[in-house]
Amino acid sequence: MRLFLAYVIGLVFGLGISISGMANPAKVLNFFDFAGSWDPSLAFVMGGAFVVAFIGYRLVFRRPAPLLAPRFAVPGNTRLDAKLLGGAAVFGIGWGISGFCPGGSLPALGTGNTEVYIFTGALLAGIIAAKLLMQFTIKWSSARAAA
Amino acid sequence: MLTDFTPWQSLFGGSLIGLASVLLMLVHGRIMGATGILAGAFVPEAPGDRGWRIAILAGMVSGPLVFWLATGAMPAVEVPVSTTMMIVGGFIVGLGVTFGSGCTSGHGVCGMARLSRRSIAATLTFMLTTAATVYVVRHVMGG
Repeated sequence: MRLFLAYVIGLVFGLGISISGMANPAKVLNFFDFAGSWDPSLAFVMGGAFVVAFIGYRLVFRRPAPLLAPRFAVPGNTRLDAKLLGGAAVFGIGWGISGFCPGGSLPALGTGNTEVYIFTGALLAGIIAAKLLMQFTIKWSSARAAA
Repeated sequence: MLTDFTPWQSLFGGSLIGLASVLLMLVHGRIMGATGILAGAFVPEAPGDRGWRIAILAGMVSGPLVFWLATGAMPAVEVPVSTTMMIVGGFIVGLGVTFGSGCTSGHGVCGMARLSRRSIAATLTFMLTTAATVYVVRHVMGG
């Protein structure tokens, strides 16, 4: 039941991405091209998603716990640090180069388009490289603290 | 490459993205962030934490197939950039979303809807650098 519901939720997300145009890099890049072939559609995607999530979250958080988990796993960190803002800035550069964000590319894998598989392979390589780099930095700084 | 302005279709698709985020919080108590779900499927955070992530990913990939069943056509995927830019862009996105703890779905939709300070700051930052990058690629470098 847990897995079936997770599958259905993923399907609703993937269908939303497919209908909205977020799986189409040409459309996404045009949203950011104010000086050229501007297409404001992405604002309607973000707007629709925001309104539904904003209202829906308020209803869900009235419950003491989720239906199939002991508690809500919501990040409690509120600090604005260089890692967050630097990471977000770097993400935007990659998004502006390719026109794909992870939420757009994962459902787009279902279209069978080769470029999507190339992007997603590179995306995974980037995620793994960053995780290794973070582990290495943590080890290095704790080794230095111990010395 | 010109694309059609599709306000109603985009609003409807966006609402489904929001609905999926609400359902995941209601059922599993989790943030609907594509980055976190993908990364956790490959590098699990805890034992037994992988199954629901793989089920969601399988559902996401089925999205275009259901779209095809309903409309008779796959959703459009038009790539106006070179394969090299796809590889470079994908790798940079992977680095950025890992250090930045999220992307358009996690920060831009779920975090914004929770009015999280971190997500609002991250979303403003990446929208700005994306627009700047598109400007440089299209109008300075002339790609």
